[in-house]
Amino acid sequence: MNADYTADEMMTVAAARQLRDGTACFVGIGLPSTAANLARATHAPNLVLIYESGCLGAKPDRLPLSIGDGILADTADAVVSVPEVFNYWLQPGRIDVGFLGAAQLDRYGNINTTVIGGDYDDPSVRLPGAGGAPEIAASCGEVVVIVRQNLRTFVERVDFVTSVGYGAGPGDRERLGLRGGGPRVVITDLGVLEPDPVSCELTLTRLHPGVTTDQARAATDWDLAVAERLTTGDPPTRHELTRMRALTATTRENGRGGT
Amino acid sequence: MAKLVALSDGVADLVHDGDVVALEGFTHLIPFAAGHEIIRQGRRDLTLVRMTPDVIYDQLIGAGCARRLIFSWGGNPGVGSLHRFRDAVQNSWPGPLELEEHSHAGMANRYVAGASGLPFAVLRGYTGTDLPRHTANIRTITCPFTAETLTAVPALRPDVTVVHAQRADRAGNVQMWGITGVQKEAVLAARRSLVTVEEIVDELDPVPGQVVLPGWAVTAVAEAPGGSHPSYAQGYSVRDNAFYVGWDAISRDRDAFRDWIERHVLKVEVQA
Repeated sequence: MNADYTADEMMTVAAARQLRDGTACFVGIGLPSTAANLARATHAPNLVLIYESGCLGAKPDRLPLSIGDGILADTADAVVSVPEVFNYWLQPGRIDVGFLGAAQLDRYGNINTTVIGGDYDDPSVRLPGAGGAPEIAASCGEVVVIVRQNLRTFVERVDFVTSVGYGAGPGDRERLGLRGGGPRVVITDLGVLEPDPVSCELTLTRLHPGVTTDQARAATDWDLAVAERLTTGDPPTRHELTRMRALTATTRENGRGGT
Repeated sequence: MAKLVALSDGVADLVHDGDVVALEGFTHLIPFAAGHEIIRQGRRDLTLVRMTPDVIYDQLIGAGCARRLIFSWGGNPGVGSLHRFRDAVQNSWPGPLELEEHSHAGMANRYVAGASGLPFAVLRGYTGTDLPRHTANIRTITCPFTAETLTAVPALRPDVTVVHAQRADRAGNVQMWGITGVQKEAVLAARRSLVTVEEIVDELDPVPGQVVLPGWAVTAVAEAPGGSHPSYAQGYSVRDNAFYVGWDAISRDRDAFRDWIERHVLKVEVQA
């Protein structure tokens, strides 16, 4: 395997490539924000970044550490209140893509970011919780998930449904009245999964260069479905790597010494 | 008309043991100085309300001020977990913490209902998630016009809301700009309000994107320059990202946390 880049960098590049120029994207902090900003810095200069802090059309030249960094407000087309971003922009379906991370994910793309282990009142691990995710997952035209693939995250059953993917399978989103399309693609450090058009089950459709199907299966707690025509993705280009490293370097500097 | 007060007097007058208290500010303009004053004055049994209980509530929870938390996202933005919050939930340290958990959309709408004088808000939210199974305050309602099933959440009416803003004039009119989050709704939803500001000025010059809270809608204003650090006040300061990164190690350890509170909150001389 080419040692020019890490598995995380491959994942971020693969996720960035999923974002089409000119679309509006609701961006969570962390991996989604890195990938969305990389997309803007490479093939999608007109990608509209929307942050739940109320920044519509933010154009940061470095990665924000939080969803409310000053650089987002300074560069936004409009800064609106938090009730407005959810009620006027997200809820009516004005946003094309919701871009989410996950602590746990199941075969139907349901996401947990609330609690792991034990029960809700006495969990083994208390995670931050929902934030904007339940309504982003419900109302955006489609959802892109970026998450590292391993047995802790890719579980048979999520311990808590924070955000709904395809629920228990076909027809569930319609039955629940969720207006958005649900997860279109899941990008991991090993490859790409897409929902089967009939069963809605996440199916491995692409591997990153150098990764094997067995590795992906071993990192999945359920019996992973693999597409008949499994492909291998392109490695990051020199341009993608340069832009991504420039973005993350500014954040590290930022985290150390303040803005 | 809002009274101009010293921060310590404002907290003493407006924040009482057992109150439902909202400190708002969405990453920007977080009222840290007021939060520290609440810790110094030893408030107990508070129901703390906040969309994003980040480092400020980690401090209040670890210092033993809170009995209950109403929230939608409890993390250290861009860094990771809140260890005092986790310690309270997982190990009841320094005491048990009751949770009422929502999504951002739900919390924002609860403030809107409170500000609007309505008993509840309606939204498309929470559907299919496990949140309604654990949060009794998430219900469904049938639209009387379309018969659609929608989600209802009750109004939030804090006893007191505390926010930080850039400026106020001598009549207590408050001006803020940049990311203004849910502060207007949180102030208007509350029975009492305390606003800390970077500075009190004679004249509020207009600023693009400003939100103005008229003095007659605010209970008290206290000058607290730098009062949002390590958060920031657009036009006055920048976010101290290094502090947020460094907080992880401090809050991970009970003794390190107690030591930090002792040195940076309890032993701080406060200007009257």
